[in-house]
Amino acid sequence: MNRTRSVSIAAMAGLMASLAAPAMAGDTITVASWGGTYQEAQTKAFFKPTADALGITIKEDTTNGLDDVRLQVTGNAVKWDITELGADECARGSKEGLFEKLDYGIIDKSGINPKLVHDDWVGISYTSVVLIYRTDVFGDKGPKTWADFWNVEKFPGRRALSGSQATETLSVAALALGLPIDKVYPVDVDGALKSVDKIRGHVDAWWTSGAQAMQLVKDGEVDMASIWNGRAGTLKKEGAPVSFSFDQGVLTADCMVIPKGAKNKEAAMKALAMFVSPQLQANLPLYVDNGPVNEKAFETGKIPQDRIKDINSAPENVKKQVLQDAEFWRDNLVEATEKFNNLVQQ
Amino acid sequence: MSAQPALMEEIGSAAGRELNTQGLHADARRESLRLLALLSPSLLLVFAIIIVPIGWLFWLSLFDEAGGFSAANYARFFEQASYIKTFITTFKVAFIVTGACVLLGYPLAYMLSQLPRRAASICLIFVILPFWTSVLVRTYAWLVILQRKGLINSWLIDLGIISQPLSLANNFSGVVIGMTHILLPFLVLPLYASMKTIDTDCLRAGMNLGAGPTATFRQIFFPLSLPGLASGVVIVFVLCLGFFVTPALMGGGKVIMWAMRMEQTTSLYSNWGAGAALGVVLLVVTLALLGLFQWLLGARATGVWSSR
Repeated sequence: MNRTRSVSIAAMAGLMASLAAPAMAGDTITVASWGGTYQEAQTKAFFKPTADALGITIKEDTTNGLDDVRLQVTGNAVKWDITELGADECARGSKEGLFEKLDYGIIDKSGINPKLVHDDWVGISYTSVVLIYRTDVFGDKGPKTWADFWNVEKFPGRRALSGSQATETLSVAALALGLPIDKVYPVDVDGALKSVDKIRGHVDAWWTSGAQAMQLVKDGEVDMASIWNGRAGTLKKEGAPVSFSFDQGVLTADCMVIPKGAKNKEAAMKALAMFVSPQLQANLPLYVDNGPVNEKAFETGKIPQDRIKDINSAPENVKKQVLQDAEFWRDNLVEATEKFNNLVQQ
Repeated sequence: MSAQPALMEEIGSAAGRELNTQGLHADARRESLRLLALLSPSLLLVFAIIIVPIGWLFWLSLFDEAGGFSAANYARFFEQASYIKTFITTFKVAFIVTGACVLLGYPLAYMLSQLPRRAASICLIFVILPFWTSVLVRTYAWLVILQRKGLINSWLIDLGIISQPLSLANNFSGVVIGMTHILLPFLVLPLYASMKTIDTDCLRAGMNLGAGPTATFRQIFFPLSLPGLASGVVIVFVLCLGFFVTPALMGGGKVIMWAMRMEQTTSLYSNWGAGAALGVVLLVVTLALLGLFQWLLGARATGVWSSR
């Protein structure tokens, strides 16, 4: 009697377990990212293969950043199961307790820089801030380093820097002081601000969006600028007379999080594990210039050899760049940005 | 028939007049109560979607990042120089753009009001058509026209008038040009409408009495067009104060207006209060200015409140 009962319980448990697995299938999760060509690339590289592999539906949405997550979480109206953010936003949101803990038993973190692996956020891709100049103005003798960019006698011309991303402009301002790339972080904010103060009279535009930076360079409104590598790559592909390299670039990571109170946490965790896996990470540079965050992606053989040198997170290129420290900016962003604005918003 | 003279007599008497006045008052009270009843759904709506959120915004602005009750969000305006600077920039832009709209819009509306009906409606299409086009599209169009290698600079250089390109975009002048173009219809349309209602007999009567064209315009037409002008000015000025897209794109990051500052502050701080405080300040100052404006021009001249 007892035996039959325990057998039937075991059978029930087995049945339930087998039911539980396909219960995953048919789940729907919503993933938010930045929109545009970047998100289109992510759809092809990450979202579609994941949806197919897990048998779930992935709906997409676009985000404006941390404000949106804060609004949803504090307003108890979480629409997203996964959302992308800038790494410094992830670090700040983590401090505010806006995200669910990640389960690294499901997500394999090997191959991802430990600085981008945290309790409640994980890196997803890289963007670089690079120095671009117009070759119709400078030939191939344009400014190559940030010290050159700051040298207005040797390189006369019109300049643009980011006005909205104080973190990036302060990083390149520190590089302009001649600091080696491994000494930029932790940033000496006051020193970097003095450096900004030196150049600000020669800056003709402080851009506030990637599209604006691109337009300024494309239309010849400026002769040199700081710009995101994806935008720089697009300009080059369109045939604009420009040159840029990853030397002294500032490598900034994007990250993904599960907002606190997400409706479909388990499915989101499995999807996120897929997104950061080497196989899917290797898809990303096939569609867009943002490099994979998982360096094992370069070992999958999916990325053509001649493409690797153009990817910002390829090991040789990483060596030439400064990795922007998300946790440094978590603690210093507000004060540094206000001081930066006081200088720039005259 | 026979009651008529008696009624007339009664109305004529003092007691009758008194009765009549009372009756009229009672009617007026009933009428206004009925109107209030009709209005109450929309008043409730206004209360729910405007008054309550604004009150909430004000409430939020009193809490700091730690969630404590404080004036930190307001104190910041004096601690960080950029806030005062952007606030001043905002009003500078608003005054200049409103002035430019008046200078351009008044003659335009005047011309439109004098044209024959058909010609006026064709010309009006040219005012309204850009009005229907997306602000973003028009702003980018201005960039194409004004920038260093844009249409104006290339023409002027090709014609040999200038050798160095003029700085028209990505600075203060770019913002003023772009915003003036976008806001002009908001001035022209109410102004044109009020000019059309001016009784031309008044002008003729003036002429008849010996006033020349200048005197007729100055003493008759212009004062009669003031209510329309005032409402146009108020609309343009208030819209200027909250403008975002055009200064963001045409200012080259060097002209930061209050709305842009609000966006930056909201994403920089983890409490909504930081951005809310900017909203409260703008609202209060705008209302104060509108009050001042109404007082200066007199309630009658400002068409938007001219119900009395």
